[in-house]
Amino acid sequence: MEKKVTFWAKMSLIFKKEVREKMAQTDELKEQIQQQIKQAETIAALEEIRVAQLGKSGAITQMMKQLGQLSGEERKEQGQILNEFKNEIVACLEAKKEALEQAELEKKLASEKIDVTLPCRPETNQGRIHPVYQAIDEMLTIFAQMGFELAEGPDVEDDWHNFEALNIPPNHPARQMQDSFYFPGGSLLRTHTSGVQIRTMEKQKPPVKIVCPGRAYRVDNDATHTPMFHQIEGLMVDKTTNLANLKTLCLEFMKLFFETDDVSLRFRPSFFPFTEPSFEVDVGGVLANRVGKDWMEVFCCGMVDPAVLENCHIDPKEYQGFAFGLGLDRFAMLKYGIPDLRTFFDGDMRWIKHYGFTPIDVPTLTAGLSGNGGKKC
Amino acid sequence: MLASLSWLKRYLKTTATPKEIADKLTAIGLEIEEMTDNASVLKDFIIAEIKTVENHPDSDHLHVLNVWNGTEMLQIVCGAPNVRVGMKSVLAGVGVMIPSFGKRIEKGKIRGVESQGMLCAEDEIGVGTDHTGIMDLNTDLPAGTPLTEFLKTDVLFDVNVLANRPDCFGVKGLARDLVAVGLGDWIEEPAPVVTEHFKFPVSLSVTDPACPQYVARYIKDVQNKESPAWLKELLNSVGQKPISALVDITNYLCIGECRPLHVFDADKITGSLVVRSAKEGEKIKALDDKEYTLSEGMLVIADDKGVQSIAGIMGGIETAVSMDTKNVIIESAYFDPLSIARTARKLNIISDARMRFERGVDPASTVYGCNRATELVCQLCGGQASEKMVVGQEINWQLAIDFDFNEVKRLTGMDVPYDTMIDILQNLGYIVSGGKVHVPSWRIHDTRRPADLVEEIVRIYGLDTLPSAPVRAETLRVATLKPHQKAESIVRRALAGRGLCQAITWSFMDSKLAALFGSKKVALANPIASDLDEMRPSLIPNLLSATKRNQDRGVADVALFEVGPVFFSDVPGEQKLVAGGIRAGQMTPKHWAENTRAVDVFDVKADVEAALSAMGVPLGTVYDKAPEWYHPARSGSFTLGKNCLAVFGEIHPAVLKKFGIKTPTVGFEIYMNNLPAVKSKAPKKLQTSALMPLTRDFAFVMDQEVSAEKVLSAVRSVNKDLITDVSVFDVYQGEKLPEHKKQLAIKVVIQPVEKTLTDSEIEILCTQIVNFVSKNTGAVLRSA
Repeated sequence: MEKKVTFWAKMSLIFKKEVREKMAQTDELKEQIQQQIKQAETIAALEEIRVAQLGKSGAITQMMKQLGQLSGEERKEQGQILNEFKNEIVACLEAKKEALEQAELEKKLASEKIDVTLPCRPETNQGRIHPVYQAIDEMLTIFAQMGFELAEGPDVEDDWHNFEALNIPPNHPARQMQDSFYFPGGSLLRTHTSGVQIRTMEKQKPPVKIVCPGRAYRVDNDATHTPMFHQIEGLMVDKTTNLANLKTLCLEFMKLFFETDDVSLRFRPSFFPFTEPSFEVDVGGVLANRVGKDWMEVFCCGMVDPAVLENCHIDPKEYQGFAFGLGLDRFAMLKYGIPDLRTFFDGDMRWIKHYGFTPIDVPTLTAGLSGNGGKKC
Repeated sequence: MLASLSWLKRYLKTTATPKEIADKLTAIGLEIEEMTDNASVLKDFIIAEIKTVENHPDSDHLHVLNVWNGTEMLQIVCGAPNVRVGMKSVLAGVGVMIPSFGKRIEKGKIRGVESQGMLCAEDEIGVGTDHTGIMDLNTDLPAGTPLTEFLKTDVLFDVNVLANRPDCFGVKGLARDLVAVGLGDWIEEPAPVVTEHFKFPVSLSVTDPACPQYVARYIKDVQNKESPAWLKELLNSVGQKPISALVDITNYLCIGECRPLHVFDADKITGSLVVRSAKEGEKIKALDDKEYTLSEGMLVIADDKGVQSIAGIMGGIETAVSMDTKNVIIESAYFDPLSIARTARKLNIISDARMRFERGVDPASTVYGCNRATELVCQLCGGQASEKMVVGQEINWQLAIDFDFNEVKRLTGMDVPYDTMIDILQNLGYIVSGGKVHVPSWRIHDTRRPADLVEEIVRIYGLDTLPSAPVRAETLRVATLKPHQKAESIVRRALAGRGLCQAITWSFMDSKLAALFGSKKVALANPIASDLDEMRPSLIPNLLSATKRNQDRGVADVALFEVGPVFFSDVPGEQKLVAGGIRAGQMTPKHWAENTRAVDVFDVKADVEAALSAMGVPLGTVYDKAPEWYHPARSGSFTLGKNCLAVFGEIHPAVLKKFGIKTPTVGFEIYMNNLPAVKSKAPKKLQTSALMPLTRDFAFVMDQEVSAEKVLSAVRSVNKDLITDVSVFDVYQGEKLPEHKKQLAIKVVIQPVEKTLTDSEIEILCTQIVNFVSKNTGAVLRSA
């Protein structure tokens, strides 16, 4: 028995010595292992190191097991050292693992490269609003804010609404200014949108405050005229409206539509059968300069002729007001920088895509009427 | 209307500059379209003297001249026949702009001989019309003197005289307005003095009311000749070619005073003169050398032989004056403007007289005109005048307007001092007395009512003091669109949002093509072109034409829409608003990431659905019926109640062939007038369920004729609470099925409402679906 104990004691001593020696060698060992870890190139290689050190029969695991052979103080002391050693190795392994994983991810991502300069899938929503209708929407936005309602009328008109009620009797010289498209029955394609004024006043007693954009037609076909074109007209009739109101309207409208304060207007007396007094309004400043002029005619307007009011059974002694009209196509050309009227009605996809407006470009006064602020070209 | 500064100054004493005059005329409603100052045009021309004349070695009509320009001798090749040694003429040196050519003179060789400039004819420098030779200045001014020291310089105004100011078709009328606006003083001409020697020797009568007054005078023993310099210069100054004194006098009064006249060679008149309506088919060879065939109702002056003048429009060549004329009859008449306008328009004659008579000349100027012309003829051509012959009376032109001067303030908002208003009217020739304004005879055509007087006052007073006043005095109400107007605005942006480009095409089209689109034969009487002769019955044809144009330009894939009217009668209002579109070519073009796909029916069906949904309109029911311009088996319509909301489909191949379109092409038309009015209202409260929805797929086999819509609506109607969505995810017809059969694969989404459904509840619902579809459509569930 004693012999036996002695053996164990002896063994223990020898072992303890080895343990102690080993323990004493931990710094060296640590360096060795760390070097291995550092040199590991793959996660698998790293795993091998881990198993060799920390696996069930790994070197460190074995050392931990042998700790039990020590006693008391020594075990505590050596245990602490060994634990620190182990933790250090674990941290080192983990850091290396993370680095290797990161490298592997980077490698994978690099292999997934695509050519981002390739063109996108074809955009199907490339529709455009025609500049004339963008202009109409812009103008309606302005006029709505001034309280003008949108009114409509037919393209085919009768003599009364297109001429006679507007104080243009048969054979009046003014009719020479308008060569009209007639139907065999005597009706005609409206030569202006003014018939809408009559139709409105026939139905509605003052106050009347309307604008009417639309197609108009004249027998005319050259570089600056098309047989069909667009006009917008306005009418305001009540008990007090006068030329001063008209002046303000023209000025405000021009500033808002062209989105500039650099607007100077000139009222030039003129003649239209349906207004008296009548004026043509010229604009100066940058807008006229755009077309190389000092002044450029933009509006026709005047106080509604008493005969026109009477024709609509409105007493000109009690009511008064103004009417104005302008060429929509020309305004669109000027604002959006479109050089040629004849291209407006061709349906050329290239033209519409170039000069047209995206449908989300809905005019508002708060955001500026058109997305480009009126400087398209 | 052309007026020169020199002519204006016959009536107007002014120190104003041409620019001031032009600006003022524009400001008072007599717009200056162009002002040409020939002093600036002529400033580079100088007087030069011909020193030698030799024949050109290589030409039988050209001469080689040595010309002294005051500093050096120039060699000039000249083709004018009137060159001679010692002659002083007009030299354009190298670099000088020749107005009539719009080009500068260059040094060059003419048939091998160097030419260092050009001697000019009258017409070439715009001071006259003569082109028979170079100008022979016949002056003592030395060579080298600027031409402007020899020629009177002048300024030409091109005035846009509008229809309401016939008086301004006379230079005098312009001068009168300039006086009124304070730009000078009126030069009163003494009244014409005429000595009458004998009775008017010709029988003269008027038988047509279109000539209320005809004044004539016979002058015997005249000697027609070239007009004196002052008259020629005046006429030249406005580009009117001087002809002879007798003719020039009439032009002088026509242009100067808006008093058209006519002069007959009295010796060529046979018998008596009568002012009458033409007889159908009567002919006259007029002064423009053209023969006109007249018709009943045209006013003429005739003698015993026939028509000698188209009254107020153009005289006849047979009785025209010539340099040999000895005796003349002067005509100064008033003709009814409408009569003149009708006749001239029918005969298509434009003349100075017509232009003035049809707008309305001064009805009180007939006797004056006759007297002034007589005086001038006697002064310039000698002769003895007869008594004047006056047939008829001045029209009753006197007019006094009751005028409240407060009208100016009421209509314009301007405060014009009372005295100023009176001055303006009186300077224009109105007489103001006792609350009435008497209109001068030359303004009766356009000044009839108080508003006309307001215009007179404000245009002369000027609009600089026009105050500003807002247009929104009473309320700050913003106008809003009516529902149908809003729908129109939305449909445009909805369709553009679908990738269609908005086109605007003509309202008219080719009647031959219209026949393919249910034409109602709304034809124009005077189309601008034979292929734009009928109002369009549909938007499709003009969009197809545009499609073809695009494809011819290399844009193969077209997506266009238009919102505009179509017509079914020539009665106002018988038109409909349509939103129509065309898609042609590829829907998805060749691309690295996509498969190409041609446009098909479902693209335009989707356009219609998107547009209707955007406008808030229920889609209604889809039927397989569409107008004849669509493919009969690949088209359909959306119908709500009795109203057809829209049609869509492939365009009929026969139609495409007519338009020369070879790509697949589909189209749609949304009938805006047929859409129900949509009231904007808040949406229903959103109900969301916490329970998971589940889906079940079914494959039904049925006859090919059974529409998908029928199957889908059958499924939907099984349980409207639980079934929230039904869709088709596969369509098959082919070998694996019997003939005339197809298979629809349908996905049904079932959303439990209050509690999770048990397996048996789901089973029951599915059985109901299968049974109901089977019952309604004859479809059977495909056996697994």
